[in-house]
Amino acid sequence: MSADTHTHHDDHASHGHGTMGQLMIGFALAAILTIIPFYLVMAEVEMSRTALVGIIMGLGAVQIIVHLVFFLHLSTKSEEGSTFMSTMLAVIILVIVLAGSLWVMHNMNENMMPEHEMDQMIEEMQSLQSQQG
Amino acid sequence: MANAQPAETFSPIFGRLTFEWIPIHEPILVATFAGVALGGLAVLALMTYFKLWGPLWRDWIVSVDHKKIGIMYMVLGFVMMIRGFADALMMRAQQAMAAGGSEGWLPPHHYDQVFTAHGVIMIFFVAMPFVTGIMNYVMPMQIGARDVAFPFLNNFSFWMTVSGALLVNISLFIGEFARVGWLAFPPLSGSSYSTGPGMDYYLWALQIAGVGTTLSGINLIATVLKMRAPGMKLMDMPIFTWTALITNVLIVAAFPVLTATLALLTLDRYADFHFFTNDFGGNAMMYINLIWIWGHPEVYILIIPCFGVFSEIVSTFSRKPIFGYKTMVWATACIMVLSFVVWLHHFFTMGSGASVNTFFGITTMIIAVPTGVKIFNWLFTMYKGSVRLEVPMLWTIGFLVTFTIGGMTGVLLAVPPVDFQLHNTLFLIAHFHNVIIGGVVFAVYAAVSYWWPKAFGFQMSDKWGKRSFWFWFIGFYVAFMPLYALGLMGVTRRMNSYVDAGWQPYFIIAACGAVLILLGIACTFMNFYVSIRDRKKNLVGGDPWDARTLEWATQSPPAPYNFPFDLEVKGREAFWTMKQQGFKWPTENYKPIHMPKGTATGVVLSAIAMIFGFAMVWYIWWLAILSFAAMVGIGIAHTFNYKRDYYIPVDEVAATEAKGAAV
Repeated sequence: MSADTHTHHDDHASHGHGTMGQLMIGFALAAILTIIPFYLVMAEVEMSRTALVGIIMGLGAVQIIVHLVFFLHLSTKSEEGSTFMSTMLAVIILVIVLAGSLWVMHNMNENMMPEHEMDQMIEEMQSLQSQQG
Repeated sequence: MANAQPAETFSPIFGRLTFEWIPIHEPILVATFAGVALGGLAVLALMTYFKLWGPLWRDWIVSVDHKKIGIMYMVLGFVMMIRGFADALMMRAQQAMAAGGSEGWLPPHHYDQVFTAHGVIMIFFVAMPFVTGIMNYVMPMQIGARDVAFPFLNNFSFWMTVSGALLVNISLFIGEFARVGWLAFPPLSGSSYSTGPGMDYYLWALQIAGVGTTLSGINLIATVLKMRAPGMKLMDMPIFTWTALITNVLIVAAFPVLTATLALLTLDRYADFHFFTNDFGGNAMMYINLIWIWGHPEVYILIIPCFGVFSEIVSTFSRKPIFGYKTMVWATACIMVLSFVVWLHHFFTMGSGASVNTFFGITTMIIAVPTGVKIFNWLFTMYKGSVRLEVPMLWTIGFLVTFTIGGMTGVLLAVPPVDFQLHNTLFLIAHFHNVIIGGVVFAVYAAVSYWWPKAFGFQMSDKWGKRSFWFWFIGFYVAFMPLYALGLMGVTRRMNSYVDAGWQPYFIIAACGAVLILLGIACTFMNFYVSIRDRKKNLVGGDPWDARTLEWATQSPPAPYNFPFDLEVKGREAFWTMKQQGFKWPTENYKPIHMPKGTATGVVLSAIAMIFGFAMVWYIWWLAILSFAAMVGIGIAHTFNYKRDYYIPVDEVAATEAKGAAV
């Protein structure tokens, strides 16, 4: 049904809705990018937790790009480039927000609770626990 | 009553709402309620007597006309300003009294709600409606358009904002409001420390209004990008339109962060999540980080359109094109991006290291550069211009002086070691009132006096306008300069009472300043009254100020379709060029004009959204489910409404134009 209405509105050539082939490529890529992280977690593949989280996050980021390109038809040409430009602005702001938050929070944790002090605290708590028995 | 809340109970029908939550034991609230109820009844009676209900519904409530919606936003702003300013007066009175052992007249439980409500209302339900209203009214006409890109969405956005505002006001008489400060930092705003419905009123009011703000942002961006008159390039747009575009980009970029942050806090409070709690891996500081990622762009969302307003006014009343058009545009664009890299300056003291604090200190100081460029551009526009000191121009000059002082105290605060001294003191309070009153409020008053004759077809009273300006201007300095001094003495914000009687004189002076501002507001309302009473004497034509941008090419007030013919624009200051070439609208060969049709869906959806918010606040789950389903249903049903447009016939256009020409 939705395909029907789409063809009716497909009169502006500048932002078409993509060919079947494009949609299929997008679908395949999206499926692969989803299966890999699921497999890694469910098959309990041997790797460090950091690496695992990194891979999942990375594939997630690629997934976003796949969706943008194949399903939302982002290209440098559509709408005289303004679609691309606004996406770039969104990306810049996302990067600022994510990188900035990570930096700010990490730096703060370092300063508020330096690692050696945290180790000390954990030791103290452990000794307390062992005393209690 | 002191500060005990009614016991927490739950019934399937009324949730946790019980009769004890109606504050009949609080004399201040009972008196307020009596006042509001009597005033409301008087309005209802007068409306019925003059048979105004039909016109109000047809011409305003269901209207999708961007001009009507713009005016309604302004009305909302002024109404909520009375509420927000009443809170301000209460706080000033409290702090003027509560020295050296005296407890003043507001117990902490009430006082904390008052300062929270003041901040929330002034930012979300006064300043935001004001700037959105001005953009809504002016921008489409400046680009030669007949309406915004999505007229129904515009109406819906407005009513969602009203729903949020009403929810805040309902909290005054049913239950209570949050007691957490305007940004509701956890863990104080979490479920362990903020019991009762107050904090939930805060969350749902802001979420509902936030929907409106975000949608309106999308709408206005689409309008600027897609609805410009043929021939108007981006670099030909009036500065106000540029600032409107950039503001709305900021809204669309920043408001989802607020929505997400408040949603996480909502999950903490409702579903026992632990994003921002002290235990189970939560981190309250993440909330502060996230909310300021929205919060800093937000202050630019408020001030950037105001820069646009002043640009138009300075240029018109100096009879010169704006000095440095391109630098103005680029300065605004720079501010847009920079506003996203300074957020940490709101929490230098939270514990970041020197590297982080230095970075954000420097970016903050850099923002002063494009802002300074703008100040000089306005000054150079006035330089050697034939400056007319009309009321809008008075506000503009008042702004230039006041805002520059506020900007300088801002740069002071941007120095991290200084901020460690001044953080959360009244110095900060003085600083941001300095830029928000000096910037946003002055701009709104300037904009109202500037575009009023366009909107209603008659001038405002000069005398009352000047009185209003001088009371506001002097009142601001009397009210806030003592706060700078107090802040330097280390007096913290949000104090209910204090021991050191030496501070009291400063607080008393500040309270006097607040009274002067009250007189300024009173003069403004007097101005509305006098101007409307004497309107027959002060009729004006389409272009009373000899202005330069396209909105002045319409009639005053503009016809529903704004422009009788499609315009072709060449270059900047389109209307000024047209006037130079002896432009006159043709008086024949009109064509039918295609216009969007009004719809009640926006107001109905928003009313249900308010019921949904109320149900969520009080845990009335059945009503929440029902109202949410109703919203979705009505939203879907509306997509099947194909009767969305109509044509204004040629005769009607000709008649309207003929009538306009006579004035």
